[in-house]
Amino acid sequence: MTVALEPVAAKPQTPFQRIVSDFCENRLAVFGLVLVVLSIFVAAAAPLISTQNPFDIAGLDLLDAKSPPGTMSSDGKITYWLGTDGQARDMMSAIFYGMRISLFVGFVSVLAALAIGVVVGLVAAYAGGRTDAFLMRIVDIMLSFPAILVALILLSVLGKGIDKVLIALILVQWAYFARAARGAALVERNKEYVEAATCLALPPWRIVFRHMLPNCMPSLIVIATITLARAIALEATLSFLGVGVPVTQPSLGMLISNGFEFLLSGSYWISFFPGVALAIAIIGINLAGDHLRDVLNPRNLR
Amino acid sequence: MIVYIIRRLMQAALVMVVMSVLVFAGIYLIGDPVLMMISPDASELEREAVRKALHLDLPMWQQYLLFVNDALHGNFGKSFLAGQPAMGLIFERFPATLELAFASLVLSLAIGLPLGVYAGLRPHTAGSKTIMTGSILGFSLPNFWVGLMLIMVFAVLLPDLVPGWPRLPASGRGATVDVLGVKLSFLTGDGLLHLLLPAVTLSLYKGALIVRLARATAREVLPMDYVKFARAKGLSERRIVGVHVLKNIMIPIATVSGLEFGQTVAFAVVTETIFSWPGVGKLLIDSILLLDRPVVVAYLVIIVFFFVALNLVVDLLYSVLDPRVRLESRAT
Amino acid sequence: MTTLSVRNLRTHFFTKEGVAKAVDGVDFDVAPGEILGLVGESGSGKTVTGFSILGLIDPPGRIVEGSSIRFNGEELTAARPERLRAIRGSEIAMIFQDPMMTLNPVLRVDTQMIETVQAHLKVSEADARDRARKALVQVGIPSPDERLRAYPHQFSGGMRQRVAIAIALLHKPKLIVADEPTTALDVTIQGQILFEVQRLCRESGTAMIWVTHDLAVVAGLADRIAVMYAGRIVETGRTADVIERPMHPYTKGLIGSVPSQNTRGHKLAQIPGMTPSLLRLPRGCAFKARCPIAIDQCNEMPALEEHRPGHWARCWRATG
Repeated sequence: MTVALEPVAAKPQTPFQRIVSDFCENRLAVFGLVLVVLSIFVAAAAPLISTQNPFDIAGLDLLDAKSPPGTMSSDGKITYWLGTDGQARDMMSAIFYGMRISLFVGFVSVLAALAIGVVVGLVAAYAGGRTDAFLMRIVDIMLSFPAILVALILLSVLGKGIDKVLIALILVQWAYFARAARGAALVERNKEYVEAATCLALPPWRIVFRHMLPNCMPSLIVIATITLARAIALEATLSFLGVGVPVTQPSLGMLISNGFEFLLSGSYWISFFPGVALAIAIIGINLAGDHLRDVLNPRNLR
Repeated sequence: MIVYIIRRLMQAALVMVVMSVLVFAGIYLIGDPVLMMISPDASELEREAVRKALHLDLPMWQQYLLFVNDALHGNFGKSFLAGQPAMGLIFERFPATLELAFASLVLSLAIGLPLGVYAGLRPHTAGSKTIMTGSILGFSLPNFWVGLMLIMVFAVLLPDLVPGWPRLPASGRGATVDVLGVKLSFLTGDGLLHLLLPAVTLSLYKGALIVRLARATAREVLPMDYVKFARAKGLSERRIVGVHVLKNIMIPIATVSGLEFGQTVAFAVVTETIFSWPGVGKLLIDSILLLDRPVVVAYLVIIVFFFVALNLVVDLLYSVLDPRVRLESRAT
Repeated sequence: MTTLSVRNLRTHFFTKEGVAKAVDGVDFDVAPGEILGLVGESGSGKTVTGFSILGLIDPPGRIVEGSSIRFNGEELTAARPERLRAIRGSEIAMIFQDPMMTLNPVLRVDTQMIETVQAHLKVSEADARDRARKALVQVGIPSPDERLRAYPHQFSGGMRQRVAIAIALLHKPKLIVADEPTTALDVTIQGQILFEVQRLCRESGTAMIWVTHDLAVVAGLADRIAVMYAGRIVETGRTADVIERPMHPYTKGLIGSVPSQNTRGHKLAQIPGMTPSLLRLPRGCAFKARCPIAIDQCNEMPALEEHRPGHWARCWRATG
């Protein structure tokens, strides 16, 4: 006699659909995603939606310097909704362009660090033995020092510049991915499908990248979101300290730094609004990432 | 155990050598400190004299050996700018940084632990959800910006707008007391006031981290059989949470707090810059911006040493807190 | 006078997916000094029954209105939390399944024993320690003073279970609920523990509910057996009656699947299929889908009826 259990009401859902629907269940996470999309939109469309090109020094009218939010420009053409800074730059336009640089630095550094870290981590996991021990020792040393210090020292050696900031950020971030990729890969390595692939005599790189990598992706994506938020904050901090981006390409951190000197005299908007923009981007990423972790949890994946 | 400590110390020494070479080489390559130190219209002869006095005329490897020799004697050379021994300069400033870091550690534990444990015990209440969302803000908000906003609100806006509202100091250490030759701020009322804003700024990130960690651990510990068994024994809720749960939570909290203490010292660089707190962080930034090589290198060597020592201490602390680890480490 | 009298106990879990009726209408009595074996496979509700008696059901689960647990005449389902706490550990004690998990790893054994004494008695720490030491001796732990200062991980599994039993015995409870306390142990140690427990119960007149999935264990230990299936008792009676002349096809299946001398060389009988989900119990008898003798009538839930003196079964086809 066989079991006559009622069939479980199965919803025909692909894993991706399940992730999307689970994700949308949490309103806070959706709100975070909206913030992220908004930040990206502002950054991408900066030249189109800005009232002024903040890099065009010639177009600035010093008479308008430090105008509070909502002031009309002296030529009466535009309104400084968020005020102007010490050089009469429209803060709103500066923020749009600053977001561009902050997000660019964040995304590029995380993607590069992800690529490097994944290769190192997977190689360590697959090779094992001495290679593994050697690579992970480097990772341990990297991770035992605070990212901000390492980046600070690196930049003091390298000098200013977006490219230099990128190098510093990649160097302090790859180790996180290497450790995570190795951890995930070690778990996957012992599973049957890898054994099966090995039995089929598939080349090692193919087993690693075509078979193991996709299964490590959920945890890597989660770490990438957290790291992205940290990278953006770190770049802002470095620029604030004066070792990050050059004055000619102000990121959000640089804008905040510029406003620091005017803060005590009451011109709060020069630091305040870039900070809000920065916070919106980072909070958005963290809110979405926090829930993404729950949704992508392998225990929930079927 | 002793073998383990020795091995750790040897690793640490290696790390320190590598770091010092890297930094030394890097700073040597990017700029000429002499140019920063004497006026541009100084004669070539004067420059040469300064160069010689600082041994900048020697080849790089000789300069490095000189530096190592000095370092082994606890002498990292003199600051180009202050003319004082770099090591002395750092030791003079270190207590201020440690005081700030400790204050923020205490603050973040005092606030983070109860909130996190509460959120773990009652995960579905509105209060817990608010705490958890708040913790996301805590580690999302850019730290230096929060510092600026605190200055704006408590040192500028509130005292300006609300009559009688006390103006919180936003710069320096305030009055200090000498204890065994070390200046401390927290023993004077004025010093405490000066400590308040920077410590709050610095504790925000860490506090958020502790909230999340405490909650996660509490959620992990609560369904354990030994908690249920404690209830089956008829213990009061207070004893179960206060002893059985809390003692297990304290293991990861202590470990992470210890490791994070290093992060806090590092992040003090930012906080000290904003609040003109006269610690090593501000010294480092100033030295980096002005290419004061001996100070940067001395800072690095000391901070690497500090981190290695901290990691060791945390490991030992961990074994004190967790009896299971204690036994294993004794066996090896 | 019975020690414990459970009537129509229903413990349900109100989850997102629906209401899981883990325990759904259970009745039994335990007399002083008596050992009741509560037998069933995982998911049958036997463990939840045990926890319900101690009032240790966590949300989303709760004991449903209309249930009755009378302990020495006192209605526990109506008791205040503070009263329940006072009863737990002193008058009703519990022994858990996995001795590796029941002792707090970061507290010394003396801490965990002394706190139990002091939770119910206003005694000095020295007196409490003395009591703890005696309890350890009672369960056969050598050099108790040294063992008191040790941490749980320094004990073997069998020793830890002895410590847990010693903790349960600290206040000479009137009832002990033992939740599969020997399944995680080696067979030899299992035998020792069974023997000790039986002796202690007989000596002190403590009543006991021994929850297990292992019919062989209770056969030699319990005075009476209650077999649970899908949240209900399907058969109950004196141990000899139930083991030798089982009436419910599920009990017959359980007994048939225990290997013994007589089954050598023969294929072991097994019960086909698996326990139905508590969220989607079929109408009528929960066992009908797996039952070899099911009939149309099984679509109605049969009542627990006394087919022989003192031997009850919940089956349409049970015969005296």
